[in-house]
Amino acid sequence: MPKDHGIGASSKRREDIRFLTGRGVYTDDMALHAQAAAVFVRSNVAHGRIGKIDTTKASAMPGVLAIFTGEDFKDVGGNPAGWLINSRDGTPMREPKRPVLAHGKVRHVGDAYAAVIAETVAQAKDAAEQLAEDSVIEELPAIVDMKAAVADASNRVHDEIPDNVCFDWGWIEDNRAAVDAAMKAAPHVVTLNLVNNRLIPNAMEPRASIGEYNPGTGDYKLTTTSQNPHLTRLLVAAFVLGIPENKLTVVAPDVGGGFGSKIYHYGEEALVLAAAKKLGRPVRWTAERSESFLTDAHGRDHVTKIELGCTKDGEILAIRTETLANVGAYLSNFSTATPTFLHGTLMSGPYKVPHVYVNVKTVFTNTAPVDAYRGAGRPEATYSLERVIDQMCRELGLDPFEVRRKNLLTPDQFPYQSPVGLLYDTGNYQATLDKAVQMADVAGFEKRAAESKARGKLRGMGLSTWIEACGIAPSNLVGILGSRVGLFDAATVRVNATGNISVMVGAHSHGQGHETVFAQIVAEKLGIPESSVDIVHGDTSKIPFGMGSYGSRSLAVCGTAMTKAVDKIIAKGKKIAAHMLEAAEGDITFEDGKFSVSGTDKAKTFGEIAFSAYVPHNYPLETLEPGLEETAFYDPANFTYPAGAYICEVEVDEGTGKVEVVAFHCADDFGNVMNPMIVEGQVHGGVGQGIGQALLEFTTYDENGQLLTGSYMDYPMPRAEDVPFYNVDYSCQTPCTHNPLGVKGCGEAGAIGSPPAVVNAVIDALHRGGHTHVKHIDMPVSPSRVWSAING
Amino acid sequence: MHNFDFAKPSTIADAANALAGEGAQALSGGQTLIPTMKQRLAAPGVLVSLTGIAEMQGVCTGDGGLHIGAATSHAVVAKDAHPHYRALAELAGGIGDPAVRSRGTIGGSIANNDPAACYPSAVLASGATVVTNKRRIGSDDYFQGLFTTALEEGEFITSVVFPIPQKAAYVKFNQPASRFALTGVFVAKFANGVRVAVTGAGNDGVFRWKEAEAALSANFSASAISGLTVDPAGMNTDLHGSAAYRANLVKVLTGRAVTAAG
Repeated sequence: MPKDHGIGASSKRREDIRFLTGRGVYTDDMALHAQAAAVFVRSNVAHGRIGKIDTTKASAMPGVLAIFTGEDFKDVGGNPAGWLINSRDGTPMREPKRPVLAHGKVRHVGDAYAAVIAETVAQAKDAAEQLAEDSVIEELPAIVDMKAAVADASNRVHDEIPDNVCFDWGWIEDNRAAVDAAMKAAPHVVTLNLVNNRLIPNAMEPRASIGEYNPGTGDYKLTTTSQNPHLTRLLVAAFVLGIPENKLTVVAPDVGGGFGSKIYHYGEEALVLAAAKKLGRPVRWTAERSESFLTDAHGRDHVTKIELGCTKDGEILAIRTETLANVGAYLSNFSTATPTFLHGTLMSGPYKVPHVYVNVKTVFTNTAPVDAYRGAGRPEATYSLERVIDQMCRELGLDPFEVRRKNLLTPDQFPYQSPVGLLYDTGNYQATLDKAVQMADVAGFEKRAAESKARGKLRGMGLSTWIEACGIAPSNLVGILGSRVGLFDAATVRVNATGNISVMVGAHSHGQGHETVFAQIVAEKLGIPESSVDIVHGDTSKIPFGMGSYGSRSLAVCGTAMTKAVDKIIAKGKKIAAHMLEAAEGDITFEDGKFSVSGTDKAKTFGEIAFSAYVPHNYPLETLEPGLEETAFYDPANFTYPAGAYICEVEVDEGTGKVEVVAFHCADDFGNVMNPMIVEGQVHGGVGQGIGQALLEFTTYDENGQLLTGSYMDYPMPRAEDVPFYNVDYSCQTPCTHNPLGVKGCGEAGAIGSPPAVVNAVIDALHRGGHTHVKHIDMPVSPSRVWSAING
Repeated sequence: MHNFDFAKPSTIADAANALAGEGAQALSGGQTLIPTMKQRLAAPGVLVSLTGIAEMQGVCTGDGGLHIGAATSHAVVAKDAHPHYRALAELAGGIGDPAVRSRGTIGGSIANNDPAACYPSAVLASGATVVTNKRRIGSDDYFQGLFTTALEEGEFITSVVFPIPQKAAYVKFNQPASRFALTGVFVAKFANGVRVAVTGAGNDGVFRWKEAEAALSANFSASAISGLTVDPAGMNTDLHGSAAYRANLVKVLTGRAVTAAG
């Protein structure tokens, strides 16, 4: 009988009541008294030198209150990169200033170089159009292609960076010679050249920000679409505008999806605060969808050469990769960590590989900044690895299931120190592979393929055995690796006098379901109904300093902080109970919501203890403070390592090249599962995004740096008809060894594990159909690309 | 969007008068015009809605075949044309999504003549007659290239009359983002021959594939076109497919349409 409440129950998502009935409150829903509107003037060229910006006409237009240009912010700080990466030769990365508004040059289409504040959005738009007409931007040749950017030193995104390279990173540089030697000695070497396609995040809610300033107190408030309000506060206050943190409240209310793109601080947030101060009025900006396409941090965009050295029977001996990773025009906050420590450290996957070396050059181009997007670096690593392993099987005539079995780490090998720096604590990769094989009825594939053929379709099957590192991250470790922030999290558990509970958490939910799951955990631990627990998040004036949600970290990190705070509540409750029950503290046990004296029927309910803490008439005031509220900070001891096996089946229409995903099976190991329904939903969403990347989504800038896929007319998002009914299993559970809930993380898994399974399935289908000349098709494996590959 | 005035006449005569005014622009379902105005790429002074005119609404049979009022929505065509002209109804039911089909109209689609729109292929393959407030225009004369038609200044479509074929089918291959036709082929078999019209593929808009028409008029089966080739030179290339790919789609989809027509 499945549980109907607490840990492990599929409790219904309480937040959905407001989301599904239109009662969510998003930033743009807030209409503040005397609110003014901001509209940005954005570059329509990819690269240009800013000449005179004549504000005379625009300033005089109806409703216009203020105009800002890059000049107004030239003396404040830039929006910093959060992670310092050193090149192979030890030199630090090149780190150009990212200003609030472009100053001197514009560097991508959509780069804002001015902003107009007016009474209404329409008036601000009219004036912005005028201001664009009255601005001189001398167009320069655009730098779009990464290889060309590196090759041509004469044309520079940032004048002070001669070769457009941010850094040239080797991981692990000291192992390079040994890897080269192992590759040279390998009996067989497989090489693949891969493009990991650039993606545009497309959160349902576009970015939006409201700045407020109270001249009476000097307090600022920023309401904004953020995945991590405290980090945004730190960046905008301490780094950019120089506002003391205690004078700035950041609120991230209901947020409609982020997928990474709302982790980062953007210049619009600083602008609305500066404008609010200048005008003494709230100033609101909401992105239009076109602005989202042009300015939200994009994802992926790697060009990789991967080589795999192996024995003739498929034992992997060495892996070497060379990657060009696009960072776009400016360094977004996590942009330097994503292609390095979130990518290179995963390049041995779930396999025992003795020699691995990863080289990544990050390149500036006149395109939107690129940063972490669901999976962030780990999908790129998984894709390279799982594609090259399939290619190895094809070249050597080996079975992809057996080859993976041969190379997977075995349960007795944990903890496992990987050759690329991670310490996997636990896992059982055979178990998830076995489970997936069973779920997918691999044995029955030939029959299904014959049935497809009878309908004129080619059927193929693709496998991906993946691992990721999430629950980011141990602060001391990431500090050594260049992180400029800590990555702990925090929670405060406030028991109210009547026994119900408010939990203030540092994690931020922008769709994940924290309000439900976190309450389940607290309710379970305290033996009280879930309905007695509320989760508060997203407001720096209410919550403790946490680091927000990304990298599948909310439960593993913030959930652990919350669990520790609950433990403190129980410990204090025992002290109060011991006093009230006239027993020794050591004799008090807490179970099912009751504090009892061991071996007796003397007990106090949790509610009675809570009441006593706030009405402390019979209370050990000499030794114990009244009240029942505890805070815990938690810094994880390690990453967590979810893993799994995904099997995809596709049908290919040879006439049109169209690929249909007809089955998708996921056997995941997420450790202990708190709410199965929400975990399944996360996997569905992640695999949906992975199928989107594999089959549909792409981002194209033309040679002048114009974004050709800048709307839904040309940017293909996956829809319901593009995805199959998913077959999801999470019964293989090796609980995380270093957090008390034994949880790993499930938010990114689907997007990490699925793209290579899809592409492997397509290549399999084509080979089965006799198109054996097709070695690889870059994502998206669109109809025209498949048809061209078949007929090429 | 810039400000504009709005008129919603209830007769064709009043609409014609309103459209004669300075800066007037006809508005039907608004599925192209309104987004263009929102992007500030169009700023008409007066929008004249054609959806309030009773005689421009609805589907009925009459002289020459099936009469469809120009302001009839795709959703209504999908439902009401079905008993009379199933291939046409299915085309209407496959345009966009339910919201688009509830607002978008057949007249708006044909007047705009987007090279990737579905309806022009049905009009051309059916040999339909485009009826305007001034005259009747045969489909072979009506379509004149990308976003270009025989309509003159102040002229607007009031209805379309479709001869009903013996057999017909429309097969569309979606552009993956917009779900417009990357290529769509409408095949219609009449007593006196077969017409094949292709949308989405040609670099000059909707066109008839006359070699296929001849082959299919002699033998209405998919195999009849197996020896034909489509010249990529006349095809469009964009982000979603090359000219060669579209040329292939024209042939593949024509065969499938013939099979679907039965």
